Parts: sequence; C-alpha cells; structure tokens
Amino acid sequence: MRTPRTTIRRKLILAIMLTSTTALALAGTALTIHEVTSLRALLARELATRAAILAANSTAALAFQNPEDASQVLAGLRTDPSIVAAALYDARGGVFATYPMGASAPLVPAAAGAMGNRLERASLLVSRPVMEGNRRLGSLFLRSDLRALDERVRAQVMAILVAVLGSMGVALALSAWLQGGIAQPVRILAETAKAVLDRKDYSVRARAVSDDELGVLAEGFNDMLAEIQRRDAELEQRVADRTAALEASNKELEAFSYSVSHDLRAPLRAIDGFSKALLEDCGDKLDQVGTKHLDRVRTATRQMGQLIDDLLNLARISRAELRRERFDLGAVGKEIAAELKRAQPEREGVQFVIAEGMTVVADTQLLRVVLDNLLRNAWKFTAKHPTARIELGQHRDNGHRVFFVTDDGAGFDMAHANLLFAPFQRLHRQSDFEGTGVGLATVQRIIHRHGGQLWADGAVERGASFSFTLSEVKS
Amino acid sequence: MTNTTILMAEDNPNDEELTLRALRKYNVSNEVVVVRDGQEALDYLFCAGEYASRSANVQPQVILLDINLPKVNGLEVLKRIRADKRTRTLPVVMLTSSAEERDRFAAYENHANSYIRKPVDFDQFTEAVRHLGLYWLVLNQPPPAPRSGNGR
Repeated sequence: MRTPRTTIRRKLILAIMLTSTTALALAGTALTIHEVTSLRALLARELATRAAILAANSTAALAFQNPEDASQVLAGLRTDPSIVAAALYDARGGVFATYPMGASAPLVPAAAGAMGNRLERASLLVSRPVMEGNRRLGSLFLRSDLRALDERVRAQVMAILVAVLGSMGVALALSAWLQGGIAQPVRILAETAKAVLDRKDYSVRARAVSDDELGVLAEGFNDMLAEIQRRDAELEQRVADRTAALEASNKELEAFSYSVSHDLRAPLRAIDGFSKALLEDCGDKLDQVGTKHLDRVRTATRQMGQLIDDLLNLARISRAELRRERFDLGAVGKEIAAELKRAQPEREGVQFVIAEGMTVVADTQLLRVVLDNLLRNAWKFTAKHPTARIELGQHRDNGHRVFFVTDDGAGFDMAHANLLFAPFQRLHRQSDFEGTGVGLATVQRIIHRHGGQLWADGAVERGASFSFTLSEVKS
Repeated sequence: MTNTTILMAEDNPNDEELTLRALRKYNVSNEVVVVRDGQEALDYLFCAGEYASRSANVQPQVILLDINLPKVNGLEVLKRIRADKRTRTLPVVMLTSSAEERDRFAAYENHANSYIRKPVDFDQFTEAVRHLGLYWLVLNQPPPAPRSGNGR
C-alpha cells in the first residue's frame, strides 16, 4: 500500500481557509467601497449645506458691494480645516472676495465657472449661485480638501484588514480543530487497512471514533474483515477436513494394496508351486493333455502375478511424491534401448534413433517408467517385422516441447485409440502380443502427474507414435 | 560349536511346503525348524515356552523370516533378535511377499542381512531358494558363537 502524497488533514484545512478567506476578502472589499462612497456623499452634503449658509450670509455684502464684509464672512471658514479655499464672485463673474485673503488661481478660479459639485484630484469643488429672492447677486466657490477623507478611508480599510486577518487566524485555528473529526477517522481507517495488508492479519479492527458516515464506513470495514476471517476459517476447516478424508482414503488404499501384494500373491504361488510339484511328482501318471493343462494353469498364474505387480505399481505411482530434477531424457532412453537389445540380441534388425539434448526437469524414476513402457511397447510390437526403426525424439509445437516414441511395427486402429490408456484394455490378442494392459495407463498417470498430456497416433501395420508433453518447470 | 539348523518362520503351510521342497530339491540336508508365528520364533530363539528345554547356546545358522506373521510381526521379531546380545549376530533373511518400500526400509533399518521377495513363479521361487541356500549355508561364514562375557 502506497503512502499518500498529501493528507486529508491538509486538504481540509486548505478548503476551509480558502472558503473563509474568500468570503472575508469579498465582504471587506464591499464594505470598503460602501464606506468610501458614503463618506464622499456625506462630505458633499456637508459642503453643500455650508455653501448654502455661506451664500445666504454673503447676500448683504454682495448686495451692498462691500468686499470687506464678504471677506469677513469667508474668514469664518477658518474653523473648518478641511476647507482650503473659497471665493465670492459678483454678478458679472469677477472675483469679489477670497479665502484665504488674496488667494488666486489655481487655488480659486479667476472667474466664476459652472455651478455644481466637481472632483478635482484630492479636492471636492462646489460652486453655487448667491441669490436674493429671484435675483442672482453672484456666486460662491468652495474647495474642500479630500485628504482628510482619504485619511478616514485608510483608517477604515486598515480596520477591515485587521478584522479579516484576525478572522483568518480564528478560522485557521477552528479548521485545525474541526478537521480532526473527519481526518482522524479516515487516517485510522487507512492505517488499519495498511496493517491488515502488511501483516496479512485479518483480526485487526478499525477503531470507530465517530458516529457519522465515517463511523459507518469503519463499521462496514470491520464487518468486511470479520467476514474474510470467517471465510478463511471456513476454508481452512474445509481444507483440513478434505485433507483428513484424503489421508484416510490414502491409508485405506495403502492397506488395500499391501494386502493385495501379500494375500493375493500367496495363493498364486501355491497354485503355481503345486502345479509344478504335480508335474514333477506325478508326471508319469499324466498324459500329454494333462501336462498341457497344467502348463496352462501355470501360465495363467504367472500372468495374474504380473497383473498384481503392475496394479501395485500403478497405485504406487499415484501416491509417490514427485521429485523433480534436471536430466537428459535421451540418456535414459539409450540405457533402456541397450537393455532391450541385451535381452534379445537376436533381434539385430531393430534400429534405435534417439535424439540428443532432451533435457527435462521431471521425476527421473517415473520418467524412466514412462520411457521403459513406451520403448518396450515399441520393441514388442515390432517383433513380427524383420527390421524395425524405433525413434525417441522431440519437436516444438506452439512453443511447447513434445516428446515422442515412434515405431514402424504392428500399430493399431485409430478407431480404438480411446481404449489405449484405460487399465486392462488391450488392442491386441494375448496370443499375438503379451501384456496386462496396465502399462499405458501407468504412463498416462505419470504424465498427468507432471501436468502434461499424452496422446497416440497409429495405423494398423504402419506403426504407432506416442507423444507427450511435460509442464516446464524452471529450476 | 557348528550348528547348521535353519529356522523358518512361516505361517502359510503352502509356502512352508514349497520352501522345504525347493531346499530338498537342491540337496540342502540341514535341519529346518519351522515356527508358525512370531511368538513361537521368539520362544525358540530365547528358549521359552515349549522350547524351554532347548539350549540357548545352539542357535540357527540362518533365520528365514516372513514379515506377515501372526501374533508377533516379523519386523518386531527382527527388532527383538537385534536387541538381544545372544541373537544379535544371527544372519536374518527376510523372505516375504511384500515389495512395499516401507517394509524393505524397516527391515534394513533393523539390520536384516538380506531381503528376498517370494516370486509367484515357482521356477523363480526354487531358484531364489537355491541361491539362498548356497549363499547362506555354504558361502557365507557365520559369526563365531558368542562366548559368555564377550558380548556387548
């Protein structure tokens, strides 16, 4: 199980922080904009009021053309430091009085301009007419410094900023505390899963720390583990039961073959032995027919003895443990061929062709039984031909190595090929070729035990070919 | 003291008869004592039961021991022969129907001198008995008779 690159804890804190910071930043910005606009509007209103009062107070001075009075009226503005300059204009638009005294352009316009409010860099400019009834006596100009306002706005923004940062700090602390409720159970669950995988121990359980969906998840996880444990135990029990049953039947089979080898052979020995004794002791009282009958009894007895031995072999091969090792199949084949030739040196017409380099990883003793059966069969079924060719070789088929033993002897009818490997089934008469019919069944069992396949091809009087594969084990 | 008795432990009367017949055929004139179960074999060797009056100083030249014996199994008889200093040097030939690997293994593990499987074919059987007689009664030099105080 890999270790995660990032943690849920970090992700959760990041998500909470991102959300709260965005909300705070948006709220702060909106608040600031609102603050600035409303402050400006307020300032404009104040200025307008002041201008209106000032204009009303200046009517007399303008009406009587008294600039000194006008200057005095304007001088009253001193009390408000935000107003930096003011001017009164007469009806023709000329400068009538200024504040501070003697102020000129660009502080105050040289002539009366358009009426109304106007923003000019850091200043708010107000111009309004001075009226007496319906008669226009002149106009008033005020210049208010906005720096004071900026100061207030800056203070406001600072306050908001401090509030935002403070809130973020609180949010961070809160998220670090709150994430535990989610990240902790998930972390415990992940650690439990890792422990189960690492130690292959299904008895580990996740600690349930919350009663939300994560708690349900942990519970489900635990239930799954319990289920796996239960199945494991069940499987183990089943395997143990089967093994015990198998062992019991194996033991029975062993006892059976033991008694077969012992108890079935003893009477046979007696039949053969006393037949021989009869021939020896009472041979003079027997005619030729009697002697022949006794010979038949003895032949049958020996066949049965052979049959019992073959059957025991077959059973033994099924039980025997496979001991795989690397060896050359060809070398074993050559030994068996030499043995056959030694036993019947008169069969000079038989030629063995055995390939080189057939290294396999298999049970040497069992493969020797295979080759012995196949080569002995080939030897046997070529006996009626004056010359014969028996080949042991290999070829590749679909990447698999196929070994084969081929002869040009009596062969068999492919119509009966399915009977070849069944025990006691024979395709030839006992009078033609001797045998118990257990050999190829034994061969097949050995090949199957090696995870391989065995098959045969043949035609009557045109030879037989037995092919087999072995599951390739690298060692 | 030379003794040429053959002790044969065999419960099957047919096999007994055939073995005796084969021995006679090859002119083995040694006395053959036949015991029919493992207990009787032990009684004979250790002079107990019906053989109580026998002298333990006189032991057979070779013992032919079947494995599948009533009362006391042949392998057990072998074990007791090897466990007793009076009999531990006696040549014991297992003569049996069994070709089971574990029987062969157990026999040699308990120091049997030879293991022969009785063939079904009587010709082969007599041949086996002939070899056996020739080897154990003629060729093989038996161990010297144990003297008291000399055994381990």
